[in-house]
Amino acid sequence: MKKLINSAENVVAEALAGMAAAHHDLIRVHFEPNYIVRADAPVRGKVGLVSGGGSGHEPMHGGFVGRGMLDAACPGAIFTSPTPDQMREATKAVNGGAGVLHIVKNYTGDVMNFEMAAELAKEEGIEVRQVVIDDDVAVKDSLYTAGRRGVGATVLAEKICGGAAEAGADLEGVAVLCGAVNGAARSMGLALTPCTVPHAGKPSFALAEDEMEFGIGIHGEPGRKRMKIEKADRVAEMLMEPILEDLPFRRGDEVLLFVNGMGATPLIELYIVYRAAQAIAEKHGLTVSRRLVGPFMTSLEMAGVSITLLRLDDQTRKAWDAPVVTPAMRWGA
Amino acid sequence: MGGEGAARRDNAALVAWMRRLAGTIREHEAELTGLDAAIGDGDHGANLARGFNKVEQKLEAEAPGTPAALFRLVGMTLIGTVGGASGPLYGTFFLEAGKAAGAEAELDAAALARCLAAGLAGVRMRGKAEAGEKTMVDALTPAIEVLGRGGSLAEASAAARAGAEATAPLIARKGRASYLGERAIGHVDPGAASSALLIGSLAEAG
Repeated sequence: MKKLINSAENVVAEALAGMAAAHHDLIRVHFEPNYIVRADAPVRGKVGLVSGGGSGHEPMHGGFVGRGMLDAACPGAIFTSPTPDQMREATKAVNGGAGVLHIVKNYTGDVMNFEMAAELAKEEGIEVRQVVIDDDVAVKDSLYTAGRRGVGATVLAEKICGGAAEAGADLEGVAVLCGAVNGAARSMGLALTPCTVPHAGKPSFALAEDEMEFGIGIHGEPGRKRMKIEKADRVAEMLMEPILEDLPFRRGDEVLLFVNGMGATPLIELYIVYRAAQAIAEKHGLTVSRRLVGPFMTSLEMAGVSITLLRLDDQTRKAWDAPVVTPAMRWGA
Repeated sequence: MGGEGAARRDNAALVAWMRRLAGTIREHEAELTGLDAAIGDGDHGANLARGFNKVEQKLEAEAPGTPAALFRLVGMTLIGTVGGASGPLYGTFFLEAGKAAGAEAELDAAALARCLAAGLAGVRMRGKAEAGEKTMVDALTPAIEVLGRGGSLAEASAAARAGAEATAPLIARKGRASYLGERAIGHVDPGAASSALLIGSLAEAG
């Protein structure tokens, strides 16, 4: 294991301290329980948006805290869901009197902990709604699995709901919008290399030089199948095909195309994939009117890429374009 | 079971169980993490060790007056420190066991069996899991059946171990392992393995 850390135990706490120092104008970090809130929280009369999940996916979620996006993020241990006490305290800290929306990725641990947190917050009289994001087409959604994982659509939902909440939408409206974004988005990812959780000390799975893992999630869990590595254009096709089939997207749809890096894949490669993915989308008659390219939802130092396609309408496009001021996403302000 | 003297458990005996369990989890941390790396995300051992180390610290600092208070303290500590799915699941196990303990100062064998059965019911509720889905439930269910019909803790421990082993040929239907489909076959479920340690440490603590 070759990492710039001091000790495996202190990775999350030291990274949070660094974030607090680097972005003191935008966020505040609370320790024990750990959570990040926007500097001006709670915002009176605004719906509070809280998300959270295991650490190791930076900038998600802490980097998305700020005006126009999340009010709070709860970072767990690396690849481990945060705990209900973190979520309850974060919920209280951002409750401006208009209720709080929890945006939850569909991972068993995240769902259970947020469920317990909502029970606790309701006992304290805070109105809480939860939307579970499950956009990963790699997982068969059936009674026999934990259901589809929440991946790239989480980033888009947090931005779009943040824009709507900032513009004054009520809790019901933001929750419905969040569900609509999830319903109109599909994602698929693959890994070229595994990643190493610091306290585990060794990679979470092994891949040969000429192999890639297709259909991964974001926690270093193995994917659907292992295969020989392909050229970037073919990889883009392999990711886009199941996405396009699943929604299904139709000719004439306006879409947002999000090409996400898993941590170690450089932007130069992401742009190669983006170029191919946009051409595929256009070939299918889609109009790519908004795009996002970069490492926004990572899996430590994993090399790999995921693609998310979101069908836009006037409401979601407007909320996407709205000003955002966070450590990791900033425009229009 | 370690003879008649062990048939009733006061808080000191239950604290001894928790210490034994914490030690057992530490001894098996790498093994649990290895099982989890095969079909999950490779953190089960570390997460449980973090939680039970905290339980140990808390029990050094305070002495709950009743089994109910003790189980509640353990449950809340696990919920607050473990994270993942195992935090809410083991936390709920002890919270529900605590509710079933009522105001008793000691638990006889039947009361202990009742508490553990309530814990299992809590796990099934929180995890929406049934037996045969390659989870903790597969180790806890046979052990608690043994205790329910008056069997010994040693028999319960053997049943839990056998239940955990029997998860190997199953396809997982809950949690991250369910994403793997048939690739999960051949691997023991890490949650079932840690549940077998939970029952085993109870037998060893006597």
